[in-house]
Amino acid sequence: MSTLQIDFGDTKPQSKIVGIDLGTTNSLVAVMDLTGPRILSGIVPSVVSVTASGDAIAGAKARDALVTQPERTVYSVKRLMGRGLADIQNELKLFPFRIAEGSESVLRLRLGGVVMTPPEVSAHVLRKLKLDAENALGGPVTQAVITVPAYFNDAQRQATKDAGRIAGLDVLRLVNEPTAAALAYGLDKRKQGIVAVYDLGGGTFDISILRLQEGIFEVLATNGDTHLGGDDIDHLLMQVALEDIRAEWDEDISADSTAVQLLRRAVIKAKEQLSFVPEASIDLEYRGRRYQRTLTIDVFDRLIRPVIDRTLRPCRACLQDAKIAVEEIDEVVLVGGSTRIPLVRSEVEKLFRARPHTELNPDEVVALGAAVQAGILAGDVQDALLLDVTPLSLGIETMGGLTSKLILRNSTIPASATEVFTTGVDGQTNVLIHVVQGERELVKDCRSLARFDLKGIAPMPAGMARIEVRFLIDANGILNVTARDQRTGTEHSVDVKPSYGLTEGQVEAMILESVEKAEQDFAARQVREAQVEADAVLAATERARKEPGYLDLTDEERSAIDTAINELLVVYHSDNHELIRAKIDQLDVATQKLAEIIMNSAVGAALKGTKIDA
Amino acid sequence: MQYYEALGLKPQLALGLDDLKKRFYERSRQWHPDRFSRAEPAQQQQALDTTALLNDAFRTLRDPISRAEYFLKQNQIELSKEAPPELLEEVFELNMILDAVRDGGDPSQLTASREVFAGMLTQTDASLHALFESYDSRGDRATLREINDCLSRRRYISNLVRDVDKELSRDAHNPPRRGGETDSLGGPSPAPGPVR
Repeated sequence: MSTLQIDFGDTKPQSKIVGIDLGTTNSLVAVMDLTGPRILSGIVPSVVSVTASGDAIAGAKARDALVTQPERTVYSVKRLMGRGLADIQNELKLFPFRIAEGSESVLRLRLGGVVMTPPEVSAHVLRKLKLDAENALGGPVTQAVITVPAYFNDAQRQATKDAGRIAGLDVLRLVNEPTAAALAYGLDKRKQGIVAVYDLGGGTFDISILRLQEGIFEVLATNGDTHLGGDDIDHLLMQVALEDIRAEWDEDISADSTAVQLLRRAVIKAKEQLSFVPEASIDLEYRGRRYQRTLTIDVFDRLIRPVIDRTLRPCRACLQDAKIAVEEIDEVVLVGGSTRIPLVRSEVEKLFRARPHTELNPDEVVALGAAVQAGILAGDVQDALLLDVTPLSLGIETMGGLTSKLILRNSTIPASATEVFTTGVDGQTNVLIHVVQGERELVKDCRSLARFDLKGIAPMPAGMARIEVRFLIDANGILNVTARDQRTGTEHSVDVKPSYGLTEGQVEAMILESVEKAEQDFAARQVREAQVEADAVLAATERARKEPGYLDLTDEERSAIDTAINELLVVYHSDNHELIRAKIDQLDVATQKLAEIIMNSAVGAALKGTKIDA
Repeated sequence: MQYYEALGLKPQLALGLDDLKKRFYERSRQWHPDRFSRAEPAQQQQALDTTALLNDAFRTLRDPISRAEYFLKQNQIELSKEAPPELLEEVFELNMILDAVRDGGDPSQLTASREVFAGMLTQTDASLHALFESYDSRGDRATLREINDCLSRRRYISNLVRDVDKELSRDAHNPPRRGGETDSLGGPSPAPGPVR
C-alpha cells in the first residue's frame, strides 16, 4: 500500500574516482577513503561469456561458463589488447581464442553468435566492476584510474582507455601497475629510498625501479615483458598433463574444450598449492576416467625455471638504465599472484640481495595503488606525486627503413620532442610520418604505432615547406601529435591511422552502442523495480482485505479497490514502468480509506492493551 | 634558453645536481597534470605543456654532456663530428688488440687498454668541468669552441670504452672463437649457443 519512494536522481553525492586493476586473470576495484585505500568488492575474474540469449556476462559466473560453455567464453583477453592478427600467432597456439573472420585490420573475437573486439570484451569486465563499485558506494561511478603493465606500448594503452570509455567510464589516468604498487606501499610506510617493484602477474611481467623522496615517487627506469606470466606456467603444466593423459588413456583430449578447461583448473589448483606445501596433485575426472599425478616442488621448480629466468634479464637491464647498483636497492616489493611461488621469491632475493616485502596482499596492492592515484587526482591526497616514465623509445621512420629516435625510453612523462618536416618533391601537398615504438635500429624490428598524414600543405618547391611536428607523450603514456606551419604559424590538421587498434570513429560507435545497451538495461531495471513495488502493494492490499475494517467500506469503495487491482495486474507485464507506477498510485488512492480504518482500529487496540498481530 | 627558464635558472654550464633536483620536484608538484584533473581544458593543457617542458629540461640539464650539447646548440655552435686526430694511434693499436683477442689472444691486454681509456675519460670529464667554470665566469665563444672539441673527444673515447666492454663481456660468456670471421669494432655478436 503506501510506499516509501526514494528518488536517486535528487541525491548527488560528490562522485568518487575509483581505482581499477584490470588484470589478465582477475580484476579489482578500490577507492580512497579518509583512512586510506580500500577494496570495494570481491575479486572479479577477467572472464567474459555470452549467454544463450546473447547477453554478455563477466566475472565469476563467466568463469564457471569456461567449463560449461567454453566456445562462448573468453579469458586472458588482456594479451590481445592493442595487438594485430600477425603478432598474436604465438598466443593462438596457447590460448583458445576464437578469432572471427575479417580480423585483418581489427582483431575480433567470436563468443557464440556475438563478435567483439578485445576492448569490448574488457569493457564488460569494467562494467561489472563499475556496477560493483556503485553498489558498494551507493551512488554513480563515472570516473576511474585504470592500471596497465608498465611495459604496455601506446596501442595497448590506447586499447585499455577505449575499453574504459566503452564501459561508460571517464578514464582520468592510466597508471603503471608496479608504480601503483609502490604508491600503495610507500604511502603507507612513508618510505624514502630506492625501491624495486617486481610484478609477475597472470600474463605480464614488469620491473620498475623508483626513488621515493619527500612524497615524490620518481620512476627511474622500467622494463618488462607483456607476454610473460602465470599463464605460461599453467601452460607448461598443461603440456605435461596432456602428454601423460595421451599415454595413459590413449586419447588426445587437447581438442576437447571442456576437458582442457577442467584440466587447466586442476593444474592451477596444484600450482597454487605448491606455494604452501612441498607436494600437490593434479587431479582430473572426466567422463568416468581419472587422471592423477603427484607433483613435487623440485619437479615444479625445474619445470618453471626457464619462465622465471626470463624475468631476470629485464631486471638487469632496468638496473642499468636506472644507473643503480644492486647494493643501492633499499627495498624490493613483490606484486602479482605469481610472486607467491617460492622459486620466484628466492630468485628475486638472490638477484637484488634483499628480502622482498610481502606484507601487502600481492593480489590487491595494484588496485589499492590505483585508488591512491585516484585520491591524488581528486585532491584528497595532497603530499604524494607520481613521476612515471615511458617504457619504450619513440621514433620516426627515416630513409632506408631506419628509425630516428625522438623520445628515449625511461624519459619522465609527459615528455615531448619537436621535429621539422619538409616536402621531397615540387608541389607535394602532404607528408606522411610513420611513428614507431621500440629500441631497435630498423623500423621493421620496432612496433608500428601509427601513420600521421600532414595534409593541406600549400604547393611549393621541394624542401621549402616547414612543418613543425610536436610529439607529446602524455601522463598516461599515450602519444599526441600536433603540427604547425612554421611560416604561417597556423595549426596543421593531422590524420591519424593507428596501425593496431581502433580508430576514433570505431570507438565512438562502440560507445554509442553500449550507451544504447545501458539504456535498455536501465529501462529493464526500472520495470523490474516497479513490478517489485507492485508485488508489495498487491500483497499488502490482499492482507488488508482480510481485516475486519474491510467490511466498513461502502460497496463503491470496495469495487474501486477491485478495479485498481485488476488494472494494475493488466499493466504488470507491460514493459512500461510509468504505467505500472500510475496504477500503483491508483490503488494507493483507492485503499487510502481502508488504510485509515485499519490504522485507527490498531491504535484503539493498542490503547486497550490488546496484542496486535502484524 | 627555454630549459633554464623552465627551472628558474640563469643559463650557466656548471650546475649543482641537488639544487636542480629540488627545483624540478618543486615545479613538478606545482604543475603536474595530476593537480589539474578536474580543471578547465585550457588549464589542463597548460599543465601538460609546462610539465612536458619541465621534464625535457630536467632530463637535458641533469647530465653534463647533454647539458653542454644543448648549451652549444642554443649558441648556434654545430656539434663537432670529427674523430680527434690525436687519438688515431691509440685506436689503431686497440683494433689490433681486439682482433688478437677475437682470435684467441690474451684478453688481459684488452683489460689494460680499457684502463687507459677509462683514465682518459676521467681526465676529459675533469677538463670539461674546468671549461664549464671558465665559461661561466668569462662567457666567451672561444671557450665554447674548446668545450665543443672536448665533447667530441669524450664521445669518441666513451664509444671505445663501450666497445671494449662489449668484447670483454662477450669474452666472459663465450669461449674465444678461433679463425673464421674477424669483425671490426662493435660487430655483431656471435649467435647465442647453449650455456654450459
